Amino acid sequence: MYEILHDYLALFLVGSWPNGPLGGVAITLILSALGLVISFPISVLIGLAQVSPWRWMRRVAGIWTRLVRGVPLLMIIFWAYFAVPLLVGAEVSAFATAVCAIIVYESAFLSQIVRAGLEGLPRGQMEAARSNGLSWLQSMRYVQLPQALANMLPSIVNQFVSIIKATSLAYVIGVPELTYSAAQVNTITLTKPLQTFLVLAAFYFVLCFAISRFAGWLERRIARQRAGVA
Amino acid sequence: MFDLSFLLEDGYLKLFRDGVLTTLRLFVVSGLLAIVVGVALTTLRALPVKLFKAFVIVVVEYHRNVPVLVQILVWYFGVPQLLPAGLRDWINAGNSEFFFATVALALNAGAFISEDMRSGLRAIPHTQQEAAWSIGLTYLQSFRYIILPQGIRVALPALLNQALLLFKNSSLAMAIGVHELLYRTRQIDNLTFRTFDVFLVATMLYLIGTLALMALSEHFARRRTAPSGV
Repeated sequence: MYEILHDYLALFLVGSWPNGPLGGVAITLILSALGLVISFPISVLIGLAQVSPWRWMRRVAGIWTRLVRGVPLLMIIFWAYFAVPLLVGAEVSAFATAVCAIIVYESAFLSQIVRAGLEGLPRGQMEAARSNGLSWLQSMRYVQLPQALANMLPSIVNQFVSIIKATSLAYVIGVPELTYSAAQVNTITLTKPLQTFLVLAAFYFVLCFAISRFAGWLERRIARQRAGVA
Repeated sequence: MFDLSFLLEDGYLKLFRDGVLTTLRLFVVSGLLAIVVGVALTTLRALPVKLFKAFVIVVVEYHRNVPVLVQILVWYFGVPQLLPAGLRDWINAGNSEFFFATVALALNAGAFISEDMRSGLRAIPHTQQEAAWSIGLTYLQSFRYIILPQGIRVALPALLNQALLLFKNSSLAMAIGVHELLYRTRQIDNLTFRTFDVFLVATMLYLIGTLALMALSEHFARRRTAPSGV
């Protein structure tokens, strides 16, 4: 394992021939961060639709999340990479395709967190806001969402772990992220597949473990604060 | 818009059927193995030996923080390097892709199942155990008749969610060349160039499985939270 790390760290971390200036870890993190940052506002809209007072909206959002959650991410990546370009009539880069597929997939899961966060608030909050003359949207905007977001924060951070893991599938369409770098190292060395892929697993482990620990710490902190207030 | 008549030509239907059967075989075999792994890990963790507990924690954290695809790659490319030549040849003589994909998927799902089972059992108040002992049941009897049936009921929705994940994760086996549904989908797409139609059929096939599992999990989740009526 040491030789693999010593000889190929550049490919994993900072990048070198033939992937351009960025290494696997950097591309994985950029892909994940873009995935989270873009899919979060979308998931708030889907989550709001799911708790909205309009039945058709709830239904459409419910069907959409169920459909997306029911299909393997790899299938969605293939839709985006092979089928959608035919429809659009333009070539889309593998990186952009991967970002789009991850947004579609993860926003469905994030919207479940948003919905649960909103449904977990006491019912009286909404009634009080409405009786003060706020519209449904205003009550959501000024009363419900800010509270729910604070509660949701640890779950959202946790979902980031799942997004990082999801980016590993971008390897299949040739995005030079972490898994792809390891596959490259493997084709160069050939004789040390176990060491190569254990190094790969270790990279993901360190990233994901650190983030999920952070989520746990955040959760405890929020719980403590709440106990202090009560 | 969609014309599925091509399915009747040149044995494409048979390729799809093969893919579905392989996916189902992968799901059932690794699912059954995962239950065994999950029960074994739960039991090991419950035993009052620190070393076992630490071992289970390491196993669970590895499977939780490393992408499933990477776990599959470690098993398929890496682990054979450790095996004695005789055993390696024996595995390679069979369907080694299917074998290693099954092992990787089973261990992954097993680690998550053990966590769900643990929280299911923890949800049963300790007084239940004391009550069972006080009416003369042995430890095993109280576990068998009082704790386990309730624990399984609590854990059932989570376990069905794991089944859903496992079913979707089985698609990752295509990365090492298992001829499951998604692999066959790509193959038929390459042969026919009817990307939309082919992907649509495959997506429908996945949805049939996953929506059924989702409905089942929601049914049991509702049943548990519904008032008992007593």
